Amino acid sequence: MTLMKSLMGAAAAVALTAGAAFAEPALIFDLGGKFDKSFNEAAYNGAQRWANETGGKYREIEIQSEAQREQALRRFAESGANPIITMGFGMADPLSAVAGDYPETKFVAVDVNWLDIPNIRQIGFAEHEGSYLVGMMAAMASKSGTVGFIGGMDIPLIRHFGCGYAQGAKAVNPDINVVANMTGTTPAAWNDPVKGSELTKAQISQGADVIYAAAGGTGVGVLQTAADEGILSIGVDSNQNHLHPGKVLTSMLKRVDVAVYDAMKAGDAVETGVFTMGLAEEGVGVAMDDNNKELVSVRMNDAVEEARKAIINGDITVVSYYENDSCPALQF
Amino acid sequence: MDFFVTLIQVLDSTIRLSTPLLLACLAGLYSERAGIFDIGLEGKMLMSAFFSAAVAAATGSVWLGLLAGIAASLILSGLHGMASITFRGNQLISGVAINFLAAGLTVLVAQSWFQQGGRTPSLFGGGRFESAEFPYAIGPEDAELTGRSVSDLMSDANVVHIVYSELLSGHSILVYVAFLMVPATWWILYRTRFGLRLRAVGENPAAVDTAGVSVVGLRYAAVAICGVLCGIAGAYLATALQAGFVKDMTAGRGFIALAALIFAKWRPWHAMWACLLFGLLQAVALRFQNIDLGGVVIPVQVMDALPYILTVVILAGFVGKAIPPQAGGDPYIKER
Repeated sequence: MTLMKSLMGAAAAVALTAGAAFAEPALIFDLGGKFDKSFNEAAYNGAQRWANETGGKYREIEIQSEAQREQALRRFAESGANPIITMGFGMADPLSAVAGDYPETKFVAVDVNWLDIPNIRQIGFAEHEGSYLVGMMAAMASKSGTVGFIGGMDIPLIRHFGCGYAQGAKAVNPDINVVANMTGTTPAAWNDPVKGSELTKAQISQGADVIYAAAGGTGVGVLQTAADEGILSIGVDSNQNHLHPGKVLTSMLKRVDVAVYDAMKAGDAVETGVFTMGLAEEGVGVAMDDNNKELVSVRMNDAVEEARKAIINGDITVVSYYENDSCPALQF
Repeated sequence: MDFFVTLIQVLDSTIRLSTPLLLACLAGLYSERAGIFDIGLEGKMLMSAFFSAAVAAATGSVWLGLLAGIAASLILSGLHGMASITFRGNQLISGVAINFLAAGLTVLVAQSWFQQGGRTPSLFGGGRFESAEFPYAIGPEDAELTGRSVSDLMSDANVVHIVYSELLSGHSILVYVAFLMVPATWWILYRTRFGLRLRAVGENPAAVDTAGVSVVGLRYAAVAICGVLCGIAGAYLATALQAGFVKDMTAGRGFIALAALIFAKWRPWHAMWACLLFGLLQAVALRFQNIDLGGVVIPVQVMDALPYILTVVILAGFVGKAIPPQAGGDPYIKER
């Protein structure tokens, strides 16, 4: 009995000190997996940057199924991690269930911006603004007058991407034909490069010669096939220009890495509330580097720069798909 | 004319999507005709997909990759054979074990070798199967020479030329191997002594044994052929259709192949048509996402589910009774 008591006492002491001493940040990746070369990998890069600069450590988990979302959240909160950073809109429901139980813990939700809970920092991105710019570039690079869009799972967020893209393309060429396809309606659509390839081939046969992939791991197949077939592609979230140098027109950057880095840097003092990162905040943008230098003409560069400024100061309004769940430029 | 070009393109996509199904289906056919049920087709394909991509990435040679894929698949076949032939274990359980083993092992080894989150690096150049362009077919080179797009050239060509260029030419060599395997399998099964014995060992192994032919040897031979074909199927997925391995990239194709095998009642030519049908359904779902039928729009969800719905309907209603080889699933015991 005494042994039992002292063991339990020791365990309790360890648990208490663990809670107090290790306020390590934690990062929960979405179903696409840490190395999707896109959304989740951007978060990983941000976290790595923080770890390298500060020598700090963070905890992470790549969830494998929907059921693990709440489990992972609770486990990290229970173990005293702070802040807990979650990736993807799918964490909204688990967060509303868990966040209230741990008022002392700060949560950071990337891609969620509609919850009314005080201890969450919610970060939304103005993806339609960045997509508008790559849409303009696609329309200027297209010779056939048809450009394509391949989304991952068919959810409002991805339509939001597609909608901005179509508006940008139509701003350059009102007669342009935008072909849009979604990979699927389940989370498996984020990780099906074979299907991404087939969709790319289908769009090419419909005349598309620039294709924008907003599809997580599926996009790897889209970019690959586009490069094989000699047409241009546009990457998403991370800078994907280097995947096929000279074949990827540009990438729509979503600076998830910055969001994650900032949150980790602020630590448990991170400011909560709803934040939107658009062109003005440099939360979204287009990727220009050595790999796509040859593809981007001076005219294209100037037009994009002009549009960027116009969007920031309000001369151009890019309609968001969320406003009334429909898109003026594209029928899904 | 537009409609015709579209039709040909859908059929072209069908061929690409059916090839892994067909190879896996024929693999299952050999094994099951010899009396060894094999639901581990999926696992063997996955294992081969990983090892072919890994070796192709490391050596830069797709042929070495193919050999490595076949070898990996053969090892799993050997395991299955040992469990179900030598040790007379339950064939279904052994198959399930192989699927789990492959799903876990591929990601684990990939992570430890390449540190890219369970995938292999992207393959390029000699690390992939190039598509074989037939002479006089319209391909990317003609497009470059004339400065027009391939689809533009296609629409000017005549019917025969379109079919030739789009449908027959431009596939990876493994596609032709897969379709040549169909008559080859028919010939082996129905026109050779080995085939007769193979079929007999699946129906009545005691009779084969009485005739002085080794049941164990024949069954191992069948399982080995199954391993080689699954190996080719996996290598096709990772090094021809895609440029690298990603986790779970077979995505249930091994099970669809099993469905096709039952649907075809364990016959080679029928297996080909079954696989082509399933491939066609997938291709249609990918190409026509929202079909507008004069006012009524069929949403993409229905199109995505269509292959599965039709599989159930066809299997339940149209093929009639599918009778498996009689000794299928039973380990052969010489003497009690």
